[in-house]
Amino acid sequence: MLDVLVVGSGAAGLRAGLSAKNSVSSVLIASKQFPTRSQTCMAQGGINAALSHSGEDSVEQHFKDTIKAGNDLANEDAVKKLTSNAKEAIEYLESIGVCFSRDENSKIAQRKLGGAYASRACYAQDFTGLKILHTLYDECNKQNIEFKNDYFLLDLLVENNRCFGAIFLDKKTGKVEEIKAKSVILATGGYSKIYGKYSTNSSSATGDALAIAYSNGAKLSDMEFVQFHPTALKNSSILISESARGSGGYLVNSKGERFTDELAPRDIVSRAIDDEIKKGEDIFLDIRHLGEEFIDEELPQERKLAKLYEKIDPVSELIPIKPSAHYTMGGLEVDENSMSSIEALFGVGECANHKVHGANRLGGNSLLELIVFGKEVGENACSFAKNSNLFDAQNVKENILQTIKTYTNEVDFYKEKEALAELFYKNVGISRDESSLNVVLLEISKMKENLPFMGVKDKSEVYNTNLIEFLEFMNILKLSELIVSSALKRKESRGAHFRSDYLSRDDINFQTHSIASLKGNSLNVEFKK
Amino acid sequence: MIIKIRRDSETLEEFEVLLEDNTLLEVLEHIKSTKDATLSYDHSCRSGVCGSCAVRVNSKEELACEYKLKDGDIVEPLKNIKIIRDLVVDNDDAQRFNQKSNAWLESYIKTDVSKEDEKQNELQSDCILCTSCYSACPVYEVNKEFLGPFALTRVWKYVADKREDDIKQKIELIQNNGIWDCTLCGECTIACPQGISPKDDIMMLRSKSGVKGYMDPNFSTMSFGGFDPNGGF
Repeated sequence: MLDVLVVGSGAAGLRAGLSAKNSVSSVLIASKQFPTRSQTCMAQGGINAALSHSGEDSVEQHFKDTIKAGNDLANEDAVKKLTSNAKEAIEYLESIGVCFSRDENSKIAQRKLGGAYASRACYAQDFTGLKILHTLYDECNKQNIEFKNDYFLLDLLVENNRCFGAIFLDKKTGKVEEIKAKSVILATGGYSKIYGKYSTNSSSATGDALAIAYSNGAKLSDMEFVQFHPTALKNSSILISESARGSGGYLVNSKGERFTDELAPRDIVSRAIDDEIKKGEDIFLDIRHLGEEFIDEELPQERKLAKLYEKIDPVSELIPIKPSAHYTMGGLEVDENSMSSIEALFGVGECANHKVHGANRLGGNSLLELIVFGKEVGENACSFAKNSNLFDAQNVKENILQTIKTYTNEVDFYKEKEALAELFYKNVGISRDESSLNVVLLEISKMKENLPFMGVKDKSEVYNTNLIEFLEFMNILKLSELIVSSALKRKESRGAHFRSDYLSRDDINFQTHSIASLKGNSLNVEFKK
Repeated sequence: MIIKIRRDSETLEEFEVLLEDNTLLEVLEHIKSTKDATLSYDHSCRSGVCGSCAVRVNSKEELACEYKLKDGDIVEPLKNIKIIRDLVVDNDDAQRFNQKSNAWLESYIKTDVSKEDEKQNELQSDCILCTSCYSACPVYEVNKEFLGPFALTRVWKYVADKREDDIKQKIELIQNNGIWDCTLCGECTIACPQGISPKDDIMMLRSKSGVKGYMDPNFSTMSFGGFDPNGGF
């Protein structure tokens, strides 16, 4: 039996695996994709650490900015851990060879992102996530870490609230495989892809492990908090990094007027844009004044993507943008050791809720979270495995694939998926209210009833992406109910959660975390005492 | 618009789509969700950084998410790699070659890295492991043990890194089925969607190897006329 099984191979999963391996354990990383395909590669802006390479900064200031941007919902101890370990995290990345951009003093270059008091984000052009992910992957090869690629998570092995492994579908062969482990770390990323084409995320951000953990009895928290990034390309929702605004880019409306502080936190800027759009304005990002040389040096990817998807050159033209779902603050409810409410089941990265982002994440803090908490969760999962009695049980659950085979295939799930995304962007987006949320809830229950009439047209055992996409849709649908129900219960406006029927913040009732869990067969949402 | 997709070695399947000015990936998604759910391809980020959607269009390697489709285009899976299904290929060789050539930082020395130092391997660190370069490589086509373009670029990335203190083993590992087997044809450079030139990196590794006392094995077995104590053997 393995000591530690890591599910997911983005930076959080790789860092966790490396850290577990360092504690001389048997470690396996299983993931639905080849590791370097993970969402982490899309992170552009940077990774925060108060290094003061570019102007004065401090851990205290980083702490303050994070708490403030999170609208006082973040956990102070967790944010202290995050910010005070930031320097060590950067030193680690430097030591394995991440190719950071450098400044005139031969130090790691730092730039300003929204909501930050100082130039705090260490970066590698606009490929920060890509270069961190690939370097971690190389380091995993050096440490000889075992991978199972193209393994899609079907279920967790849980008995008496104790996790002892997971069940996967091997995409390449169509075979189902059980992998038993003394501790399991979930690092499968967020669930922004519920918003479909209105999300900046990769098509894989479907919250698979969260839906599965919830079905097995785990608590999920703060699911209503979804961050909308202010500047995604208008047609494709492809991200234009915050560093474009951090470097001096303007937001303008159709009249060419600026209408907001471009460097405010993301929730505020996104709302300001949304208000303008509702007035009938088109919104643009203007970086022309930064000059071609600067754009090619610092934002090469942005220029390429704007040309390809919007057919404009940012050097001489305005970039049409809209806010899009970008990051999910909610996730697996974990304690200070990163363990979920199920024993031996840990969580890390966007998948988990370490409560470092509160109601709104600060740009540059998510890559940091992956490294800081990735290291820690690997150590914790290891020591848990070492001290645990060997736990082995038989899996008695029917696997979902058998159930899907009975589905009748009369309703096209691709259309349902699109409809859900439209509904979410409109009703569970930047602004919400009770009646629009209730409409979504009703639609979700209809879709759930309709599931047995959907199904998979492709009957092949080998690399059946039709089946994978249906499984992802089922996971999305499961989580959507949690998001909407949590959003309904939070009758206040805070950070990324804006209720047009409850405009102000209500600290007396809601300065706490929502907890969604399964009670019997139905969803229960309550607020943490 | 007609698009032809190779789904097995014998058949090119034709699809008619009413889309204009779309990326190949958008068209593939359209076909899968409306015409044929069995069509298989890989994709993830749709913005050219995850490296999962590389295919060949009219015999040239392209990322499906960055290629604008034209009428009559022929789309095929990458070459020189195990095809799993339709346009999906097996990436596991990528890991094998990176591992075989020690493509990682072996021994770190803490040092300041200047802007100029940074430029030594900035481009190489843009690699997205899409495997297009292996598809285009005529040497890899005939020698499946050849370390190949991206693995060698990755080795150069670390060899060129000021923070790397131990390049000895890396240089040794790339002598056989490595830098000297490359014909410097430059097909990998043309194929790379990130503008990296593995060919140039291989040349850099050759000169580094020369400095370390290694020689082109082809060179030492060649006869150049004149006096030859071994008589050319």
